[in-house]
Amino acid sequence: MIPFLIRRLCQAVLVMFIISMIGFAIQGGLGDPVQQMLGPAATEAEATALRHSLGLDAPLWAQYLDFANDALHLDFGRSYFFHEPALSVIARYLPATLELVAASAVLTLLLSVPMGVFCAIRPRSWLSQTLMGLSVIGISVPVFLTAMVLIQVFSIGIQVTLFPADTGWGHWLNQLFSIEGGMPAYGRGNPVHVLGVWYTNFATLQGILYLLLPAFSLALVMLPLFVRLIHAEMLEVLESDYVKYARARGLRPSRIYFLHALKNTLLPVVTLGGVQIGTLVAYTLLTETVFQWPGAGLMFLDAIERADMPLIVAYLMVVGLLFVVINTLVDLLYRLLNPRITLSGRAA
Amino acid sequence: MSPETRSPATVWRRFRGSYFLYRLQRNRRAQVCLTLFVLIMASVLLAPWIAPSNPYDLAQINLLDSELPPFWIAGSEPAHLLGTDVQGRDLLSSMLYGARVSIAIGFGAVLLQSVLGTALGLLAGYRGGFVDALLMRLADIQLSFSTLMMAIIIGAVVKAAFGGAFYGDYGVVILILIIGLSEWPQYARTVRASVLAEKQKDYVDAARVLGFSSYRIMLRHLLPNTLTPIFVLSTIQVANAIMAEAALSFLGLGMPETEPSLGSLIKSGFDYLQSDSWWITLLPGLFLVTLVLVINLLGDWLRDTMNPRLHKG
Repeated sequence: MIPFLIRRLCQAVLVMFIISMIGFAIQGGLGDPVQQMLGPAATEAEATALRHSLGLDAPLWAQYLDFANDALHLDFGRSYFFHEPALSVIARYLPATLELVAASAVLTLLLSVPMGVFCAIRPRSWLSQTLMGLSVIGISVPVFLTAMVLIQVFSIGIQVTLFPADTGWGHWLNQLFSIEGGMPAYGRGNPVHVLGVWYTNFATLQGILYLLLPAFSLALVMLPLFVRLIHAEMLEVLESDYVKYARARGLRPSRIYFLHALKNTLLPVVTLGGVQIGTLVAYTLLTETVFQWPGAGLMFLDAIERADMPLIVAYLMVVGLLFVVINTLVDLLYRLLNPRITLSGRAA
Repeated sequence: MSPETRSPATVWRRFRGSYFLYRLQRNRRAQVCLTLFVLIMASVLLAPWIAPSNPYDLAQINLLDSELPPFWIAGSEPAHLLGTDVQGRDLLSSMLYGARVSIAIGFGAVLLQSVLGTALGLLAGYRGGFVDALLMRLADIQLSFSTLMMAIIIGAVVKAAFGGAFYGDYGVVILILIIGLSEWPQYARTVRASVLAEKQKDYVDAARVLGFSSYRIMLRHLLPNTLTPIFVLSTIQVANAIMAEAALSFLGLGMPETEPSLGSLIKSGFDYLQSDSWWITLLPGLFLVTLVLVINLLGDWLRDTMNPRLHKG
């Protein structure tokens, strides 16, 4: 375990080093923020002065040492646009993203575990067939499209005019199939201030209402992946000897399924959850764009539009660190939960 | 391979007796998917001849026709079967031309990533040792970031570095490069795995004893035996590439609205969702989902048919 831990930590440090190199290359070599900030009417003297005040006229190696030193002190420079430290800008936007991810993770878990288990236990049932079919379709639907359909249905609403509206029953049928909509689908509403920079959507009913559509879009995209995985793993576990033995002992089926089988099914789910963290960040970015959810992803896209290099680099470093930490933790957790892997890792 | 075994009649006879056709005749879903795929490909390739109008031709656009609904909604016009967008462009034509761009990027990106990934996978699997460790670590790291996130980051950097105008001019090439470069690990891993299995076999030893160079062994002996998994993977990767392109375009990191792909059509229509013109964005979306779903289902079927070993994973 200890050699593995050390190897894994070394790798994590190496990856962070590579990410920091990329970050520096982006900050040092690309884009011209001076042009962006001053506009085309500025004189050469003004441009030189600003370039000097931003430290952009120093030689490359000096800039790199500066960057590395600052990065280790968690200082990524000041955002060109916000005129404040890049990291504190991110700290301001990150809570919104974390709340969105947390809400959709809870939704995904609450929905995927029962669905996956049910599909494995009753593979012939029409409900299982429908769910598995839907999961195939779900994988082919991009997250922004799911989000748009949810907006159309639950925010804008659907007005059915299929039946003649002048007759009483026609009007009634139109009403029956129409959906009023009205769910908030833009921004965060008025989140309530708690600890420090944290504004939360969970404190009020109105806040949760704003969270609902974005969180559901995100959850609906992650759902097919997890349902399919839980289904496949559960099927495999149900074939194993210990489940057969548990059946032979005459244990209650619910006890076998949810205590014995589910425990071993959830292990790959942990890994998949870890591996999917990058996908999750990308999907969150897309969801935030559709709903104009003021999170870190939306901030990143705005930073790209403004060529706000310190902010772009800081975002990449924060996300990179998040990836590395989570991947390392998941690997460690996997080894801890599944000792068989450690054996094969040695001289087996 | 003597010339007569390659004659069309022989190829046809071999195809008629093949396991592939046997499986196809017994799978209704695969037949439907194949038909749909051929239909979509044909209509997309023939778009300049069969599309009702040319969406790039400003002379054919009439602003007075803007935001017409599709044919089943009152107020539609027969000339515009699926309605028009805000600029009065015929939506069906835009979709056909847009799918052309999407599919071109999809195939281009898969070509790039398969060549790159196969070469690196062959090298890693055959050479082993340091090269293998380095390449696979790199692949692991890149995959842990997820290919979509990788593509978004590369796209963001390229856009911030060269500006939006450059990005718009070379959209297709940039997107092929971005998606191709971010997805090669999939191929490298698959090819490496089959090379490791093939390497144990006697024919590779025989080739080595005969004194063939390692490049000859890799290209002439190992590569042909890894083609099946490459082919199966490519099908699903085309769908993935089309999805990635749509996501990038939606984020503004893809095709410009002057030469829209399906993704940028969806993006430009999104602003008009609130004004009740849902078809401008949701119909291209439906087309995208159909295309990706059909390719994914075909890929699943191919995997089961051609290589039952790959079934799980």
